[in-house]
Amino acid sequence: MLSLFKRFKDGLTRSTRNLLDRTGRLFGLKKLDAASIEDLEEALHGADFGVETADAIITEIRTAYRKNPDMGGKQAAEIGAAVLRDLLRTAEASLAPAATSPTVVCLVGINGSGKTTTAAKLAHLLRAAGHRPLLAACDTFRAAAIDQLRTWAERLDFELVAGQHGADAAAVAFDAWQAARKRGHDFLLVDTAGRLHTKTNLMAELGKIRRVLAKNDPAAPHYSLLVVDASLGTNSVDQARVFHQQFGLDGIIVTKLDGTSRGGALVAIHRELGLPIHFVGLGEQAEDLQPFSADAFVAALFGLEREEIPA
Amino acid sequence: MFESLTERLGTALRNLRGVGRLTEENMADALKEVRTALLSADVHFKVAREFVERVRLSCEGQEVLKSVTPGQQVVKIINDELVSLLGEGTTELAQARPLKILLVGLHGSGKTTTTAKLGRLLAKRGKKPLLVACDIYRPAAIDQLEFLGRQENLPVHADRSSRDVPAIGRAGIAAAKEAGCDAILFDTAGRLQIDTDLIEEVKRLRREVQPDEVLLVADGALGQEAVNVAKAFNEAVQLTGLVLTKLDGDARGGAALSMKAITGCPIKFVGTGEKTDDFDVFHPDRMASRILGMGDVVSLVERAQESIDQHEAEKMAQKMRKADFNFEDFLAQMRHIKKLGSMESIIGMLPGMSGLKVGDEAEDKLKQTEAIIQSMTRQERLNPNILNGSRRQRIAHGSGTRVSDVNQLLKQFGQMRKMMKKMRGGGMRKMMRAMGGGGGGGMVPPGMRG
Ligand SMILES: Nc1nc2c(ncn2[C@@H]2O[C@H](COP(=O)(O)OP(=O)(O)O)[C@@H](O)[C@H]2O)c(=O)[nH]1
Ligand SMILES: [Mg+2]
Repeated sequence: MLSLFKRFKDGLTRSTRNLLDRTGRLFGLKKLDAASIEDLEEALHGADFGVETADAIITEIRTAYRKNPDMGGKQAAEIGAAVLRDLLRTAEASLAPAATSPTVVCLVGINGSGKTTTAAKLAHLLRAAGHRPLLAACDTFRAAAIDQLRTWAERLDFELVAGQHGADAAAVAFDAWQAARKRGHDFLLVDTAGRLHTKTNLMAELGKIRRVLAKNDPAAPHYSLLVVDASLGTNSVDQARVFHQQFGLDGIIVTKLDGTSRGGALVAIHRELGLPIHFVGLGEQAEDLQPFSADAFVAALFGLEREEIPA
Repeated sequence: MFESLTERLGTALRNLRGVGRLTEENMADALKEVRTALLSADVHFKVAREFVERVRLSCEGQEVLKSVTPGQQVVKIINDELVSLLGEGTTELAQARPLKILLVGLHGSGKTTTTAKLGRLLAKRGKKPLLVACDIYRPAAIDQLEFLGRQENLPVHADRSSRDVPAIGRAGIAAAKEAGCDAILFDTAGRLQIDTDLIEEVKRLRREVQPDEVLLVADGALGQEAVNVAKAFNEAVQLTGLVLTKLDGDARGGAALSMKAITGCPIKFVGTGEKTDDFDVFHPDRMASRILGMGDVVSLVERAQESIDQHEAEKMAQKMRKADFNFEDFLAQMRHIKKLGSMESIIGMLPGMSGLKVGDEAEDKLKQTEAIIQSMTRQERLNPNILNGSRRQRIAHGSGTRVSDVNQLLKQFGQMRKMMKKMRGGGMRKMMRAMGGGGGGGMVPPGMRG
């Protein structure tokens, strides 16, 4: 697990470097001034935390600066980190196996957020932890989506249940559950078609998948996870809100954190909806999925584990 | 929930009614709200700051502070600035033959779907497009493009055995020539702008195929990083335009402004759905309204100004002040409002309401109100106090309504008169609200109520 954790930090460090660069090595400054605080404000807004959180952090820093004009960059970083850590206190979560097997995980989200890739990555992670996942290709809508997951399954040697393109997604989910039960899989990972949260009919379709799964096991799906692209801004919160209202979410997976986006929207989502962040995606390969660690995220964002950079 | 700019401005300018006009202080408040609105719409921090500065200068130049309706004027200035930043009018594709278009972007932004949509659009315009599958990485990406090509009846060039993307591009051009195609669209793999290997690859592809258009396909919901993404892609492959996708969602789309501002590239198309014909040329004015979250409030303001005769409005205002407003006046006002358009179209222009189905109910309600008033005698209209039980019964009968409907209208009317006694100025707007669809929500956006 240690190396995985390291990878998580590496991925984030890449993006953090950007934050640091742009703040003019702000956090390493021995002494702040008005201009560097302005830079910090820009960097905080640039992280997609949302206006409320960014303003809250900058206000605290300004207040501290007024009290102590000799304040250094490190101290400012610590103030920001403290605010975020506090906001993310309950943001970590794990995928504990359910009482009845298979534990069903449903991946939902808008088009292109990374659901299919995440399904493959999650299967990989679960197998490494000693589980036997089965993949269910329930995106029967997008062209070649089934082939995409099948390619992953073949590449990584996972079993897969799929229907025809255009088939009823809920029926595939039902069959997949039966297959998992029969073949002794303890996890069932359901990949679903991308849908914008504004499409009521497509959202209703998700409800059908839930109802059909519940016929097999009233507690299924045990984990309904929203897959969110870290490069998106404030709309992520709207997505999460609507998916949560209409489908009932248990958590979030944030993908593409290997890019330069700081994924601050996850803070906004957690802040508003209280949903935990289960995993973060840090690349396109099977091993690029990590459990979310609030401390690592915050430390990486504010460069706290790094050496002081000379001003 | 995200508040629309008009709502925010409404709050910032609340004291306006008392003061009569904007002070520098509440102007500053208003501009702060503009900044927050832009940031919440994902406009980049710096872009937002520069934008607010432009608006401030513009407001000073136009002496907004002295105007009678400063709030509305500020909204209009913001809108106009935004439209001019987003680009005036629509922008066409290059005219080359064959027309070579390279589509690039981050992962999951919608490149493959956009390739098919653009192919379809060009075919509709009489071109013969060929699609080239240059995404050799994502599993089944080639299958996806081939599927879409079959569906749209467009030839697709792919080579599953090759790992050499520029060579695939070159072969695609040859295939197009052979098939007599005059538009060639290259779908590429999603890539991070910081992934040096993959950026190198797309640069080589660009050098090889010499495209006439290089379009960055970007999710309309992108956050603050949109500027860095657009900047890096522009430096690497010299973009000629932007395509915004997933605009059928409810993202404000402020990233569009940031990307346009940073690259200077026009936004050429927008994707509005999963079907291949959910594709549109870009309209800056619509995007401006979307970012501001104010529906088409500006044109509503303009239409209201046009359709209300100044002189008559003045006369009406006087009547209101004296509270001798009667059903004749009511009818006249109703007709003014009707000149603005149907309820449906008015509501559609209001912020946050574009998705709302008015249904025929509210429209019917207005018609019913008109019918009731028309069934009154002139004397009754001028002096509603004489409307006793039997008169009400007659009116209900004449207008095809129930007595309870007539009673309700009279009650509302009574309340309205009471309200008029209390209020000073801004009467028209309040009245529109009072008249909108009975007791329910008003028909004027909150921000305009101030
Ligand atoms: N860089 C990066 N790309 C990712 C990540 N997760 C998914 N992707 C890519 O994003 C694109 C869309 O992913 P896909 O799984 O097809 O999304 P879906 O439409 O939600 O199923 C693909 O090109 C994936 O390789 C991630 O964590 N980092
Ligand atoms: Mg998928």
